Amino acid sequence: MDSKSSSRRDLLKGGALAVGAVATGASVSTLGSGATTPAFAETPATGPAAAPASYATNVAPMVPSTEETIAYGLRSHYVTSKRIQEPGRKVPAIYTDFGLTAHVFTPLQDSYGTIQASSLHYFATTKGSFVPDLDPAQHTLTVQGLVDRPRIFTVADLKRLPSVTRFHFIECSANNHTAMHKNVQESHGATSNAEWTGVLLSTLFKECGVQEKAGWFIAEGSEEIKGADTIPLAKGMDDVIVAYAMNGEPVRPQNGFPLRLVVPGFEGIFNTKWLRRINVTDQYQLNMDDFGHLRKDATNAALGYRWGPKSIITFPSGSQKLPDHGWYEITGLAWSGQGAVRKVEISTDGGQSWNVADLKGTPNRMAHTRFGYMWNWDGGDHVIMSRTTDETGAVQPTRQQVAEFFKKDYTPQYRPPGLNNTIMPWKIASDGSVTNGIA
Amino acid sequence: MGSLRLVPILLLLASPALAQTYGVGRAPTAAELAASSITVKPDGEGLPPGHGTAAEGAKLFVEKGCSTCHGEAAVGGVTAAPNLKAPKGPEVSAWDRGAGSNGIPVKAPYATIAWDFIRRGMPLGNEGTLAPDEVYSLTAYLFAINKIIPEDQVLDQDNLAKVKMPIGNEWAPVPGASRDWKSGSPRLAGYPY
Repeated sequence: MDSKSSSRRDLLKGGALAVGAVATGASVSTLGSGATTPAFAETPATGPAAAPASYATNVAPMVPSTEETIAYGLRSHYVTSKRIQEPGRKVPAIYTDFGLTAHVFTPLQDSYGTIQASSLHYFATTKGSFVPDLDPAQHTLTVQGLVDRPRIFTVADLKRLPSVTRFHFIECSANNHTAMHKNVQESHGATSNAEWTGVLLSTLFKECGVQEKAGWFIAEGSEEIKGADTIPLAKGMDDVIVAYAMNGEPVRPQNGFPLRLVVPGFEGIFNTKWLRRINVTDQYQLNMDDFGHLRKDATNAALGYRWGPKSIITFPSGSQKLPDHGWYEITGLAWSGQGAVRKVEISTDGGQSWNVADLKGTPNRMAHTRFGYMWNWDGGDHVIMSRTTDETGAVQPTRQQVAEFFKKDYTPQYRPPGLNNTIMPWKIASDGSVTNGIA
Repeated sequence: MGSLRLVPILLLLASPALAQTYGVGRAPTAAELAASSITVKPDGEGLPPGHGTAAEGAKLFVEKGCSTCHGEAAVGGVTAAPNLKAPKGPEVSAWDRGAGSNGIPVKAPYATIAWDFIRRGMPLGNEGTLAPDEVYSLTAYLFAINKIIPEDQVLDQDNLAKVKMPIGNEWAPVPGASRDWKSGSPRLAGYPY
């Protein structure tokens, strides 16, 4: 047995050597053929890029993993992408900074695909950086109010019920891009997309038997202020999730561990974190968290509730630089609070003409969809834009279109009413630099 | 024929789908339900028994540390905590009184909102520790200094919800405040974006 496995190892080793030799040969011939790969051609032979020429020289040092990183992996130290505080806000570092909401923005410019790493998922709190430390073995969710059978569920109880796993974005009303934002993290970093796993709230409502006169439910968190939102029962019966997991692991504390409500498409604050109670009621009310939706004007109130169709180009985007003219994939994210993305279009001439972009994968309802469009940059000045159309037929507008709709004079300072889903233009200069194109 | 048509309906009524389906979780005790029920409805349902006055509230405002952040006269300016006494009075709309960051109490459409906000969210760092009488008193104090109620009015569980708030009907409910709201409802009727 031992000798057998040892000879097999030798065989495998020999095979690996053979493959290595072939690969090395290929690299050598590439270099020898006049360097068709620009990276090789432009790098001096002494640099790291010359390494493939000699299989025997491993220029990258072999670093052992630590016990900690074997147990729980870390990203490469070359990858340094970070979340930031909302631009223009003072960092709420201490507990006494009451009233200062912490908005922490995700680095969309560094993201790929549609899932935001949980460690980079945007989050917002009303009490600075403080989050409750909840023991999942002790935490419970109470469903009460206008129900026939009030119930207390432990987290373990919820995991016994039929689960759903769905992709959904969450987006804060703070995602309100203006001419002052330098890059996509500042302008659009208060949205992230994750794979949420949990129980449909409708399943819990069936367990508890919602009474006929009920019209809303109040979702309440476990933090010190027991922040609460009033949500239509129709939404709760439709697609609201009591989530215990995101991206394959328990929901992270900043995102509501151990339970958070996911209310697809609604403004971020409705997605109640550290969920402890669902109270079914017959009156709409302005609770602690609902009060922020108080508006004088009906248009503002209506458009401040759910997200419309929205998209953003993440490459090339503000503060990035195109090194040379030639082909690039313009890429970004599109989503809608009203359903799935149906179409994304790209303009490279400031909105005069539009081209249909590729959608990467199947668009999900109320979820980010990645798009791409191949563009041969001629080295000239361009304004690039993306716009999306959702499954309801609603089209993402320019700021000018919104101003026109509401019969307002347009200036670059114009603020669209409600949640801002307008098109974000990026300006590309002839030196390849990319800047905010709101004008 | 008519009776046959009823069969599926009867089957549905008898099916466990309408009863509790999985039996997971447990029924709360009456005490547990009472303890977790902190919702106060706009009509006053859910308010615990108690009463308070502005005079008592003025004392509590200092004793409980409210003045440390909101200022001794509740006019703010000490920390980021909002001004709770609007600079302007009933001569202008509730929207124009310049009342600080969130506008409670002058912009609250229901008196119960101010009461609930104080009970849940105050005092900072000791949230949830105020007794009902203390919350009634602090609410009365904030309403009196903003000329919403007379200075000598006693607020209690029966009259709080009846306090006429300065905003009146001058506010717009969100779409989901309507019982007719559905998931497929447009964000704003006639808006193409």
